[in-house]
Amino acid sequence: MARIVFTANLARHIDCPADEAEGATVREALEAVFRTNERLRGYVLDDQSALRRHMAIVVDGKPLRDRVTLSDPISAASAIYVLQALSGG
Amino acid sequence: MSDHVVVSTRKGLFTIERDSGDWRISGADFLGDNVTLFFHDQRSGHDYAALNHGHFGAKLHRRSNGRWEEIATPAYPLKPEGLVDRDGWGKDIPYSLINIFSLEAGGPEEDGLLWCGTIPGGLFRSRDHGGTWELIRALWDHPKRQQWSGGGTDWPAIHSICVDPRDSAIVRIGISCGGVWETRDGGETWACRADGMFAAFLPPEMSRDPNLQDPHCLVQSPSAPDRLWAQHHNGIFRSDDGSASWREIVDVPPSSFGFAVAVHPREPDTAWFAPAIKDERRIPVDGKLVVTRTRDGGRTFDVLREGLPQSHAYDVVYRHAMAIDESGDRLAFATTTGGLYLTEDQGDHWREISHTLPPAHAVRFAP
Repeated sequence: MARIVFTANLARHIDCPADEAEGATVREALEAVFRTNERLRGYVLDDQSALRRHMAIVVDGKPLRDRVTLSDPISAASAIYVLQALSGG
Repeated sequence: MSDHVVVSTRKGLFTIERDSGDWRISGADFLGDNVTLFFHDQRSGHDYAALNHGHFGAKLHRRSNGRWEEIATPAYPLKPEGLVDRDGWGKDIPYSLINIFSLEAGGPEEDGLLWCGTIPGGLFRSRDHGGTWELIRALWDHPKRQQWSGGGTDWPAIHSICVDPRDSAIVRIGISCGGVWETRDGGETWACRADGMFAAFLPPEMSRDPNLQDPHCLVQSPSAPDRLWAQHHNGIFRSDDGSASWREIVDVPPSSFGFAVAVHPREPDTAWFAPAIKDERRIPVDGKLVVTRTRDGGRTFDVLREGLPQSHAYDVVYRHAMAIDESGDRLAFATTTGGLYLTEDQGDHWREISHTLPPAHAVRFAP
């Protein structure tokens, strides 16, 4: 299962420890996490389920390419980091 | 009389309490977070705070029995694939909550009903104290909505909500930039009600279009609800017929530009404004922070300055950052440079409560 790590700054607002999830894409892995932590979805994704403008995701050391549908492929060994983009201040 | 003032700031929500004649900061919630609005619901006793995190989006919190909890946030519907939805300047409208820009109670008989105005231009309603929200589709789907545009924000902003005290089904909202809109059937149908307003910054053929107006803030007289006051981008406007028509108030010293307006709870001719140099500079005239007050419906104005900084003051009072209590004697305003000022005699004398608060978005009195 892929490992998903959320920025520690999120923990001030919502409980979001590092998690593991199955899926073929970043979307599938995140959705698996959101199924057990629905409120977290709105902190990471906007109303259209795209990545928030000032959030960033790094997959295996590379920035997410598809910020709209989050279709970037992952493997069971992937590490997904959900971070704040510095553009957000 | 209200003995509490609540200030929403860039770095937290601050409560100021009157104690033995003095006003002191007595509480700080959400310290470090960007709190954009506070609202106390007199019907339920609940407090509401809107936050806007730079990264994580806009959120709503509700306090009951002294404890804050995050509640549902108004959310935009899934944008239909292929739909083209652009604002008045041709920019694509995001179908996503950008900011919560107004929050008001429904009528006294509508327990739990809240109205919420947002950026990018959606009006939402909750019937369960903010537990769930519905987008008012009749307004969102109105074809004229696509003529709206941002004013000081990237997207249209519903900043003022006035529920008519005679009939809760009549609601008027102010939009930057989309004029004033009214429903008389609880949100089922809507019409633009900004005839008489004008926007000098637009080409002549567009300047009087009601749907393009930029009222910065709209308030309704509780005692004479057909009287409304608007601090507009272009000056001060007044309606005597429930927003059917508006006329400009002229010759306002030192400036008729500003964002905030407050109306006396029982005297519809008495209103307060926080003037600034228009339009691109947006600083107090001559560096002197003043409040203007009319007691005769806008024919004449007092320039109130006693107790306010009169040298090198560069405070701006945002549209939600001036409030009046139910007595009509106490007003408070907070500024972009962290000043908080309060009067107990309708503005004749002001006292500085703080000049070190974070930049202020909004001020409200609370019991």
